[in-house]
Amino acid sequence: MTVTPPAVALDGISIAYGDFVAVAPTMLHVAEGEFVAIVGPTGCGKSTLLNAAAGLLAPAAGTVTIRGRRLAGLNGEAGYLFQQDALMPWKTALDNVAIGLEVADVPRAEALARARDWLARVGLAAFADRYPHQLSGGQRKRVGLAQVLIRNPKILLMDEPFGPLDAQTRLIMGGLLLDLWAAERKAVLFVTHDLEEAIALADRVVIMSSGPSATIIGDHAIDLPRPRDAMDVRLDARFHELHHEIWGQLRGEVLKAYGSAA
Amino acid sequence: MSGAPISRPKLLALQVLVAAAIIGIWHIGSTVPIFGVHFLPKFFFSTPGDVAARVVKLFATGTIWKHLWITLSETILAFVIGSVGGVLFGFWFARRPLVAAVFDPYVKMANALPRVVLAPIFMLWLGLGIWSKVALGVTLVFFIVFFNVYQGVKEVSPVVLANARMLGMNERRLFRHVYWPSALSWMFSSLHTSVGFALVGAVVGEYLGSAAGLGYLIHEAEGVFDVTGVFAGMVILAAFVLLVDAAVTRIERRLLVWRPEAGGRG
Ligand SMILES: Nc1ncnc2c1ncn2[C@@H]1O[C@H](COP(=O)(O)OP(=O)(O)OP(=O)(O)O)[C@@H](O)[C@H]1O
Ligand SMILES: [Mg+2]
Repeated sequence: MTVTPPAVALDGISIAYGDFVAVAPTMLHVAEGEFVAIVGPTGCGKSTLLNAAAGLLAPAAGTVTIRGRRLAGLNGEAGYLFQQDALMPWKTALDNVAIGLEVADVPRAEALARARDWLARVGLAAFADRYPHQLSGGQRKRVGLAQVLIRNPKILLMDEPFGPLDAQTRLIMGGLLLDLWAAERKAVLFVTHDLEEAIALADRVVIMSSGPSATIIGDHAIDLPRPRDAMDVRLDARFHELHHEIWGQLRGEVLKAYGSAA
Repeated sequence: MSGAPISRPKLLALQVLVAAAIIGIWHIGSTVPIFGVHFLPKFFFSTPGDVAARVVKLFATGTIWKHLWITLSETILAFVIGSVGGVLFGFWFARRPLVAAVFDPYVKMANALPRVVLAPIFMLWLGLGIWSKVALGVTLVFFIVFFNVYQGVKEVSPVVLANARMLGMNERRLFRHVYWPSALSWMFSSLHTSVGFALVGAVVGEYLGSAAGLGYLIHEAEGVFDVTGVFAGMVILAAFVLLVDAAVTRIERRLLVWRPEAGGRG
């Protein structure tokens, strides 16, 4: 029997910006088809960690291995939804979504048809011809989501994808993501500030310590049954137990991050 | 400072009023003696009536078309050649930091040079025909476009760039979908300036030595103290500039729809 290598394996990676060590040696494995959420105080190094997994940042030490292959350069198997606005401002929402397919040499007519379909799935069918500056922050995020998902990447790196959305839309988008993930079994590395969201969606919730030299200090398996409903699962008694347990650890770090900043 | 937005008809009426006031003062000063003197002697200022008559005559006899056509072709050629050069060099410098670093002092030096001093040299090299004027315009347009394209390529948001690369774009596609639109937007935001400079190059070149064009027309009138001719040339030149500028605005609107507010940089 051959063991399938993890989709993403960060082994002992540390990342520095000049003299500033953002991430101290950290190990994180995401199995194929596994949904891992990262939570941690602001500024601890979550985005930095995702950038390393995407191949945008080379770690100062340690290795990044993607599906058994040592990563050098960009991670071509991953789709990355950035925390900041990353849409091309000179393209309409439709063209921004279609470009991911056009780059893969899909004929333009087909790319546009599928892009329309994806815009409808993220609830933006009526906004296809808008330019990014004509969309709200949450709408731009959803266009970004469609832009990444249309390429059907094996690995999803998502940096606070639902950050600027209202609670209702967050739930809908979370549900969409869960359905998609259940159907396609992608490996997901999902950064969020919202612990409830992390527990509702993920198989594992990983906690990062406050920076500098942040590292992973907690790894909680979420044993809630699947398939889950992103909403109903929050009423589960086990959900509250987990939340209580993880929040106890996370709160200390958040306070530490806040204290060191003050 | 900004109050309620002014309605279009009101704005237009006020603008016309300004023109009417200036022409009125000019007319009274040059034709109605006040206490026996003309405040704006005809010899130095001509009169609005004479200037208007001259403009009409220039169009009626058809002599103006040739000059307009010459100036327009010089402007267009200077703009196109200068822009193409500016785009090519702007890209080259932005993508090759070594080239940019080596040539930096020379570019600054060349740009600091007042272009008028080049006019006699261009005439020596290229003769009195249109090409010496085109060359003068090119030296003006080139640097504006060059600096804007350079900036446009350099200032692409790193996140947009990283995203484009994560979406699987190779260098060629990055060029087409990221660098090129960004550079173009910078270039178009300076379109008014560069078209304006192309025209300045043409007219100044004609003024300094040529046998046709609006600059030539004005220079010739000046030579014989024909103030009416000078003013008529200036009026036609100003109207010409307004038309060209309106055309540029329309092109800009078409091309920069995606920008929150078109124009501004330049
Ligand atoms: N380009 C950079 N140069 C220098 N320091 C940086 C750079 N990018 C991030 N940092 C620092 O590295 C640390 C981690 O940043 P990172 O963006 O990964 O945090 P984060 O966990 O994603 O925070 P947030 O939750 O607020 O998005 C921070 O202290 C930040 O100031
Ligand atoms: Mg971040």
